[in-house]
Amino acid sequence: MDEIWTRAKGVFAALAGPPVFWLAAFFLVPLGVIWGYSFGDNADLTHIVVNGTFANYIHAVRPLYLGIILKSFWFAALTTLLCLVVGFPVAIAITFAAPRTKAWLLLLIMLPFWTNLLIRTYALMAVLRDEGYINQILGFFWGIIGSLTSLVGLPLGDFQPLPLLHNNFAVVFGLVYVQLPFMVLPLYAALDRLDRSLLEASLDLGASQMTTFRRVVIPLAIPGIVSGVLVTLIPSLGAYLTPDLLGGPSSMMIANVIERQFKAANDWPFGAALSFLLMYMTFVAMAVQAVVSRGRKARAAA
Amino acid sequence: MLTAMARQADRRSLLTGLGAAAAALSFSGLEGCAPKAPTGPNGEEEKLNFYTWDTYTPATTLTEFKAATGIDVKMSLFASNDELFAKLRAGNPGFDVIVPSNDFVTRLRLAGLLMELDLARIPNRANLMPSFLNAPYDPGRRWSMPYTWFMQGIGYRKSKIEGVPDSWRWLLDSDRYKGRIGLFAEADDLINIGAKYLGHSLRHIPPAVIEQIAQMYIRQKPNIKIFHHDEGQDLLLARDIDIVMEFNGDIAQVMREDDDLDFVVPREGSVLNSDCLCIPTGAPRPDNAHRFINYILDGKVGAEIYNAIRYPTANAAAFALMPEEYRTNKAIFPSGPAMAKCEYADFEGLERAHLFDETITRVFAA
Repeated sequence: MDEIWTRAKGVFAALAGPPVFWLAAFFLVPLGVIWGYSFGDNADLTHIVVNGTFANYIHAVRPLYLGIILKSFWFAALTTLLCLVVGFPVAIAITFAAPRTKAWLLLLIMLPFWTNLLIRTYALMAVLRDEGYINQILGFFWGIIGSLTSLVGLPLGDFQPLPLLHNNFAVVFGLVYVQLPFMVLPLYAALDRLDRSLLEASLDLGASQMTTFRRVVIPLAIPGIVSGVLVTLIPSLGAYLTPDLLGGPSSMMIANVIERQFKAANDWPFGAALSFLLMYMTFVAMAVQAVVSRGRKARAAA
Repeated sequence: MLTAMARQADRRSLLTGLGAAAAALSFSGLEGCAPKAPTGPNGEEEKLNFYTWDTYTPATTLTEFKAATGIDVKMSLFASNDELFAKLRAGNPGFDVIVPSNDFVTRLRLAGLLMELDLARIPNRANLMPSFLNAPYDPGRRWSMPYTWFMQGIGYRKSKIEGVPDSWRWLLDSDRYKGRIGLFAEADDLINIGAKYLGHSLRHIPPAVIEQIAQMYIRQKPNIKIFHHDEGQDLLLARDIDIVMEFNGDIAQVMREDDDLDFVVPREGSVLNSDCLCIPTGAPRPDNAHRFINYILDGKVGAEIYNAIRYPTANAAAFALMPEEYRTNKAIFPSGPAMAKCEYADFEGLERAHLFDETITRVFAA
């Protein structure tokens, strides 16, 4: 193996070069610029002096902003939990489906990616709004039932549309809708690799379906669950479009605050500090998770 | 383009130098890929990059300009002044004419992002109404030409609102229309209108009043359905809300589709705005830009534009050519004592913008 690498150094460099350059030029460098801004001051309307100040971070850890980060975290955690609860049965269904059906089900999971997120969010607004499709259908049935009950002298009164849009419910609903495929796919990948004979062994040895699911399927799916949780939680934490379009007066998430710093407030250093504060927190959470899982593995090995 | 980059690189720190490089990349995005247009008699390429708001200039105006001058106008759209400012702050990516609102004329000028107009090349400015030949945000009209003017007010669905809601109270300080209210999401709009409701001028609103405004919005939040980004007219039309803080032109546009809608300027007065034609610093084709601005200020051209966009005009020659229905439209040209209490909001510095933003963040987070 090693010999192949040393002999094929040129090929390796040619293959790795473009993506490394791409990452460096269009990801690391801009990120570094923003990181630098987070230690800077507004010199005037358009210039930032990077002078190593911590003032932006001190401003960012005030209760107002920490509270918004905490609230965003709750939105993201709830979204992740709902995705897990909804996504796990879906992933199991796909895993145990016949090969032909499996391909169709996977296609259905990926189908939403063919449409832009913004378009899908606007479509969701058309479904959820006061005169949207859900309320129209409910109103239709309300009318039928109402005409029946008024026959027996108990009129129902006017239909009051359910408040489905422009509130926190709509934000979580929208986030679950957007993030669900990101949960299902890693879960499916983990479950598909699962050795079926282990399930048969468990059932043969007298464990019930429920016990097998709890003590065999879930432990073996843990890597899929962890990666599913991470790829759902982190983007949800930074969600911007969904709370902005579907949310109500109290649905602001931290990404909306950051966006305003770069636009309306014209305070890039503070916006940069808020972004990086969020990123540091994510890193810490991932590091803690890695340490915990390593500890668990070490205990299991011992 | 190279000289522009070099100038920026030595004036700015390394980091902003990188920003300039990024701007240069987006510059080539606008300029590099398009085939070169032929050179016109003024020595400039026969094209123009026009950066403006959506539904604000009919396409026919641009094709007629091309027929008259040979200059091909490429129109790009922004959704807010903030977006415009953010695009320009790292260096002009190739725009020739932009349409900022009054306070951003000040802000862009202070940031050195506007080119002074050569008034000799804009003879049609004689068509402007006398009251627009001078403006508090641009004394002597050296940096901007008015394109439209308008004001915030209340748009409402007549069948759902009792009488005429001619006070900000119904939006800011009352639960009568609970759950049917839409307000702007922008910090400066909210604070300026709050100040007007409480009877303060928009100049140097004292911190205590800003706090009072914040408390008022926090109290009012349970009654508010949505803080919108200038799509209030669509929410009103879709019946998501019944009463909304919006610009008169936007409401006038949807009033053509639904005659149950109306607009009123509250008796406490309101905030005046004016979108202006400006040339950003570093515009690649300044002479074309002047010709375009002069063309827009022509009476007949203007009449065609205002007929389509339904915003109040600042152009007397265009106004004279407009149909009676536009000239006497109460939504487009509100009248009465409320108008005397309207004023322009000034840009009062970055600290102020930060204070406004944090105040509204507190309202949203409460």
